[in-house]
Amino acid sequence: MIRDQEFLRDIASYCIENSKKLGATDVGVKVIHSVSENVSFRNKKLDESNRADSFAVNLTTYIEKKKSSINSSDLSKSNLEKLIERCIDATKITPSDENNSLPDKDLMSKEVRDLNLYDETHYPNDKKIEFLKNVEETASTDEKIVNTEAGFTENKNNFILANSNGFLGGYKTSNFSSSCVAVSRINGAMERDYEFGSTRFLEDMMEPEEIGKIAADKAIKKLGPKKIKSEKIGVIFDKRISKGILSTLASAISASAIARGTSFLKDQINSEVFPNSINIIDDPKIEKGLGSQNFDSEGVETNSLKLVENGILKNYLIDTYYGKKLNLKSNGRSGGTTNLYFENGTLSFKDLLNSEKKFLYITETIGHGGNIITGDYSVGASGFMVEDGELTYPVSEITIAGNFKEMFKNITLANDLEMKYSTNAPTLLINQMTVAGK
Amino acid sequence: MSNFFKETDIDTSQAEAIVTETLKNCDDGELYLENHKSESIVLDDNKIKSSTYNSDQGYGFRAVTGEVVAYSHSNDISKESLRKSSDNLKDTLKSKKGTYNHEIPKTNNKYYENINPIESKTFDSKIDLLSSVNNYLRSKGSIVNQVTANFLGEHKSIEIIRSDNQVLKDDRPLVRFNVSVVLEKNGKKETGVYGVGGRQSYDDYLKDGSWKDVCDEAFRIANVNLESKPAPAGEMKVVLGPGWPAILIHEAIGHGLEGDFNRKKTSAFHNLMGQQVASEGVTIVDDGTLHQRRGSLTIDDEGTPTENTVLIENGILKNYMQDRLNARLMGTKSTGSGRRESYKHVVLPRMRNTMMLSGKYSQDEMISSVDKGIFAVSFGGGQVDITSGKFVFNCTEAYEINNGKIGSPIKGATLIGDGPSILKEVSLVGNDMKLDPGIGTCGKAGQGVPVGVAQPSILINKMTVGGTKL
Repeated sequence: MIRDQEFLRDIASYCIENSKKLGATDVGVKVIHSVSENVSFRNKKLDESNRADSFAVNLTTYIEKKKSSINSSDLSKSNLEKLIERCIDATKITPSDENNSLPDKDLMSKEVRDLNLYDETHYPNDKKIEFLKNVEETASTDEKIVNTEAGFTENKNNFILANSNGFLGGYKTSNFSSSCVAVSRINGAMERDYEFGSTRFLEDMMEPEEIGKIAADKAIKKLGPKKIKSEKIGVIFDKRISKGILSTLASAISASAIARGTSFLKDQINSEVFPNSINIIDDPKIEKGLGSQNFDSEGVETNSLKLVENGILKNYLIDTYYGKKLNLKSNGRSGGTTNLYFENGTLSFKDLLNSEKKFLYITETIGHGGNIITGDYSVGASGFMVEDGELTYPVSEITIAGNFKEMFKNITLANDLEMKYSTNAPTLLINQMTVAGK
Repeated sequence: MSNFFKETDIDTSQAEAIVTETLKNCDDGELYLENHKSESIVLDDNKIKSSTYNSDQGYGFRAVTGEVVAYSHSNDISKESLRKSSDNLKDTLKSKKGTYNHEIPKTNNKYYENINPIESKTFDSKIDLLSSVNNYLRSKGSIVNQVTANFLGEHKSIEIIRSDNQVLKDDRPLVRFNVSVVLEKNGKKETGVYGVGGRQSYDDYLKDGSWKDVCDEAFRIANVNLESKPAPAGEMKVVLGPGWPAILIHEAIGHGLEGDFNRKKTSAFHNLMGQQVASEGVTIVDDGTLHQRRGSLTIDDEGTPTENTVLIENGILKNYMQDRLNARLMGTKSTGSGRRESYKHVVLPRMRNTMMLSGKYSQDEMISSVDKGIFAVSFGGGQVDITSGKFVFNCTEAYEINNGKIGSPIKGATLIGDGPSILKEVSLVGNDMKLDPGIGTCGKAGQGVPVGVAQPSILINKMTVGGTKL
């Protein structure tokens, strides 16, 4: 199935040696093998079965401060030889940049800890089929559900990351994921919703019945939505989308956005960006974590970081290149965040819903309406009205808008954090946003 | 043209034999081979930030019977790998029996030349041009805070081997050149982005200093946005400019008219065939045959020649866009809309160049008819929920309209509408149809494919504008 470390290491070494032979002063290389099997069902019938077997080599060569890269899926030495030559030729004529370099040696990861990221269990396709039958059986119980789709994917990966300073590390990872999409209908109008589970280990996967039931319940609840009047109102973000606030934060505090001066949080380090009750953590060393890693995409050691402590922005996400521009050391965040989350708030979900007479509760947003430079935010949304703590009716075809700087300062967190994705947030309330509707 | 079996342990006729044997009890399927070379050269923050060359090759082997698709892909083109894929497909479909449909129309048309844009311009001259872009924009004054410019070029060779040795081939060039500029004035920062591209060489888009036009346009948009004030919130009249704003058509109508969603009855349009779905002056086509356009294809990724498909004619829904599988299951013919991002992806019915055709009104007539509304000239991207029909897109350049006159620029805002009803709200169709500059990529089921759009100016009676000002 998945190729071993030996095999990948051979190719990595070949790339480094050949690049150096042709004149590279430094070399970084990653070799990856992944095998993925996916089965999908639609309306209780097999729809698609898909098997993928992929290799990739990513090579970057340096000649002093000049740099160029190649990527290829063909691991044959004859192909690699040609591509390395091409890469070196391009490196020679690319203008140099004083910030180009491999990471500092003393920052490199020294050991690969077993973070329990690989489950060697193979879940054969007929088992996946059985699983999906159960998902759809449960999803289609209610007659208002007119269409169901379900899928199960199993992924196995192995990689080696190496550079010419002697760094060499890699390990296997696995991922199992399952999803269900349900379409509901009433009076000719349809709504769609979903549920999704993703785990490193097969044994941790949600029960199929649970996936099917959640997708169907959510799709039925959305039926018969109303468009509401435009107004300023408190907006509650469901857990499925509240994590998006953290992804925005991550983009805005990446060293590249800070160094380029294109972030609305530029110059905000050590300033109060969130209310003082808020802590945000990025922890790469969580056992079985979906975002866990031993080192970042340059091989730099990564450890848990408090990005925001008591509302104050404490750290940027720093890689080698932009770190040099900012005169800061890499903190192992080349490739972005790992397991990123808000520490739990204090209010229960119920208390949050009851904290005002009326809220808009958003379960889905569409569009890419966030601007990292200005902080302006405007997206399409759907969800429910909340009156006296109860979800009263579904709402759609509206937008919510504001500015992240203001929104961040007006966040209240519930205490219902779950580690379901690599980025996780509890349900959260943003005090005042503009809703555009009728 | 790539020879996929050179330097492998298998030749074409052996591969053909495996294909024929694997698909003998199937309704359809093929072995799709692809060789893809691409490059990306990025200038950012006064430096060449990255130069990357990608070389990817592989196959996707597909067997289809009834509604079931079995797919196996790998970048290892070898006897053993193909055999393994074949076993995998046969195993998935073991209980099914189909009859292979050999029919596939032939074409002698070609909508682009077989050139490799990566090799047809030297690396040095690309680097030089990126530096010129940087210098040119920065010479416009100290308000220029950041300049990013990049070349994206690719050459894709495909070969489709169908049962009984039917072989179809295509070679596809594609380029894109983008400029993004950030301006800063009085502590306020705004971005302007512009790009050009299509299925020709870079120089076809950049010669005679026309790269400066790309820079000027990005600068102009950023400059306009520096003066922008908060956008209004609520329902109002919207005038859309010609060209790229047609992503409204792409999101609101296009996706909902793709065959798969209609066969599965998950599209808000699935029961509207033959019915009035738009105002009478509205005609929309999806055309794969425009020369050198970003969304054009000589043959689609199943080998079917592309065509100009009429989707909506004078307001009446006429056709869906079909690949072979959905066409067969719906009792119709492929419209040459079967596309995939790469050999790693299954075929889906997709858009090519989606266009609303010209009507008879001038843009001035539209604007002067609006008491209170907005005039949207350029957009970022959009998205649609095809089931509920709700779609959004983000303005990147827009103005308020007061008493028939264009007023101040407004901040980027999302516009939201309902696909099946929005076209009935189109009250005036302009006489100024324009194609987009060749920059669109459409995403569906995790697959990105290049597309084009076009439209004249249009007046929409009522849409919700997602600003912050009540």
